[in-house]
Amino acid sequence: MHYQFDFGWVADYYPVFLKGIWITLELTFVATVLGVLVGIACAWARTQGPAWLRPLPIAYIELIRNTPFIIQLFFIFFGLPGLGFSLSGMEAALLAMVVNLGAYSAEIVRAGIQATPRGQFEAGSSLGMNRLQVFRHVVLVPALQRIWPALSSQAIIVMLGSAVVSQIAAEDLTFAANYIQSRTFRAFEAYFISTAIYLLLAIALRYVLAGIGSLIFPRRAVR
Amino acid sequence: MSLIEITEVRKSFGSNEVLKGINLNVEAGEVVAVIGRSGSGKSTLLRCINGLEQINAGSISVAGQPLLPDDKHLKALRLKVGMIFQQFNLFPHLTAGGNVILSQTVVKKTPKPEAEAMARRMLERVGLAEKFDAYPDELSGGQQQRVAIARALAMQPMALLCDEITSALDPELVGEVLAVVRELASEGMTLMMVTHEMKFARDVCKRVVFMHEGRVHEVGPPQEVFTKPKTEELQRFIGMVGEAG
Amino acid sequence: MTEFTTWDILRNLLLATRWTLVLSLVSFVGGGLLGVLLLFLRIGRARIGRIFVKYYVELFQGTPLLMQLFLAFFGLGLFGIDVPPWLAAGTALILWTAAFLAEIWRGCVEAVVKGQWEASASLGMGYLQQMRWVILPQAFKIAIPPTVGFSVQVIKGTALTSIIGFVELSKAGTVVTNATFEPFTVYGFVALIYFAICWPLSKSSQMLERKLNVAHRNH
Repeated sequence: MHYQFDFGWVADYYPVFLKGIWITLELTFVATVLGVLVGIACAWARTQGPAWLRPLPIAYIELIRNTPFIIQLFFIFFGLPGLGFSLSGMEAALLAMVVNLGAYSAEIVRAGIQATPRGQFEAGSSLGMNRLQVFRHVVLVPALQRIWPALSSQAIIVMLGSAVVSQIAAEDLTFAANYIQSRTFRAFEAYFISTAIYLLLAIALRYVLAGIGSLIFPRRAVR
Repeated sequence: MSLIEITEVRKSFGSNEVLKGINLNVEAGEVVAVIGRSGSGKSTLLRCINGLEQINAGSISVAGQPLLPDDKHLKALRLKVGMIFQQFNLFPHLTAGGNVILSQTVVKKTPKPEAEAMARRMLERVGLAEKFDAYPDELSGGQQQRVAIARALAMQPMALLCDEITSALDPELVGEVLAVVRELASEGMTLMMVTHEMKFARDVCKRVVFMHEGRVHEVGPPQEVFTKPKTEELQRFIGMVGEAG
Repeated sequence: MTEFTTWDILRNLLLATRWTLVLSLVSFVGGGLLGVLLLFLRIGRARIGRIFVKYYVELFQGTPLLMQLFLAFFGLGLFGIDVPPWLAAGTALILWTAAFLAEIWRGCVEAVVKGQWEASASLGMGYLQQMRWVILPQAFKIAIPPTVGFSVQVIKGTALTSIIGFVELSKAGTVVTNATFEPFTVYGFVALIYFAICWPLSKSSQMLERKLNVAHRNH
């Protein structure tokens, strides 16, 4: 191996990385919040919703979980304009991430709801709550507490998966690495550094989410 | 020389000392019941004798061989002392026969036909000859526990340790397991059993050991221990289980 | 300009699907073999092996697969060889698959209840004998549904290799789109083909899981 590693360029290009990190985190944060909301809505529609509504979330969940994220992204970015529905790279990236996480979190939320003891539903309705109220007050919060770890892992998976959005010119961390390697011709070093950053982000996100979990759910989950 | 010699044995889990210097000898052919409240350390003592827990101080020896925590000594010890568990712990992926055959062929390198003949004899001994090909999930709890006894016997141990072997059973199934143990006792097998079956302890055992807070609190023949308890703790324990009168 | 019929589009995509399947199979089999090796290190008695695999898994689960593909592509290039995309794709996917499978299988080994270790120990079995005759046969059964489920992740993972220039289904989608200017139809078909491959695997994983749970309840 005659290759000489060169990291000297980092001093000139680190603002590019910083901007990329910021966009990756921004996308991940917004997509996680919206995606989990979509997931909750789907889980409700699937378990508690009216019968005519139930096939819809099932079709959505199965379709998303059984196709690659990059194809979902390309379909939204390249395919939808054909229907007169044009999105910028960032908008398409965000939409694809929300749609993707929505399907996965729907399954996670559903598992959490199904772990709710039967008596909880009955106790709720016997107190005069309607179905939506029972869902919101009695079922959802303990379920979210149960599934917090699973949702956290899924958020990290979405962040790592978002590396692909660089392909539609969303200027995330991977886009930064692509840009830098095209300028410096130091491809391996650029990707090495961005990989290390992703790893640190993933580890940091895990700790942050665990911390948030223990803040909003101070009491241990009752099983 | 006693078959099992336990000398000043101490065992802690973290800062919690569960065994606080146990001294106890069990003679060959003796049947000993270990009784006491939960948390008194009786199960831990049994598990230490089988090397499932490492002791922190003191010594245990079986047939003159000291128990040391390396693989070779552990294996030698376990060939001498079999153990029956509360939860049976049959191997779910093997038939009753397979359960009894496996350790013979794997550990003792017994040829398969011999091991199988032995398995059939042992299953017959516990009254389950016809269940040779049944899987554990096709057997009742009592039958599973009898297979577990057959599995231990097939290794031809010098002693059997029984850790609350009827506690996980429905009441109507306790009798069939105890009948097997009674049979073993009458054949001269050395037995050390942690049990809550006071009537059984009184009828079958030669000696009863009462453990309290990590110590051997009282030892004696059953009629003495159950009818004339010397200490208040034993009196209270017997009053609590209420079957010894 | 030539006209493309829907059949032309579909035929080209299906031809490229072969390479998606080949790469998936190679990654899954290769990753499975390496995964077994990693599993034995992870549950073995040597501390250094356990720590190595722990960090290996952390590394591959904590970084984007796309980055792993880039690093394989440019990293192998550092050795002065001209790296064809299939080589980089296969290398990265095998290493990635092995990490996930080793971790899934470790969970299965740990799911075997403690009593099984104790019972086999009390019968005089050594560590390897316990593994071979008691623990692994049970873990194997538990491992089938999640392993089948993970094969779906591998198939979807191969889509990323289009970015480093491996021509499979996703890449064919881009090529055909550039020729036909019909991204909606083309990517729609691409998605349906992936779905047709992945959905049966997902479903069978779920069914196997349900069967296993029923079997467990009878114990």
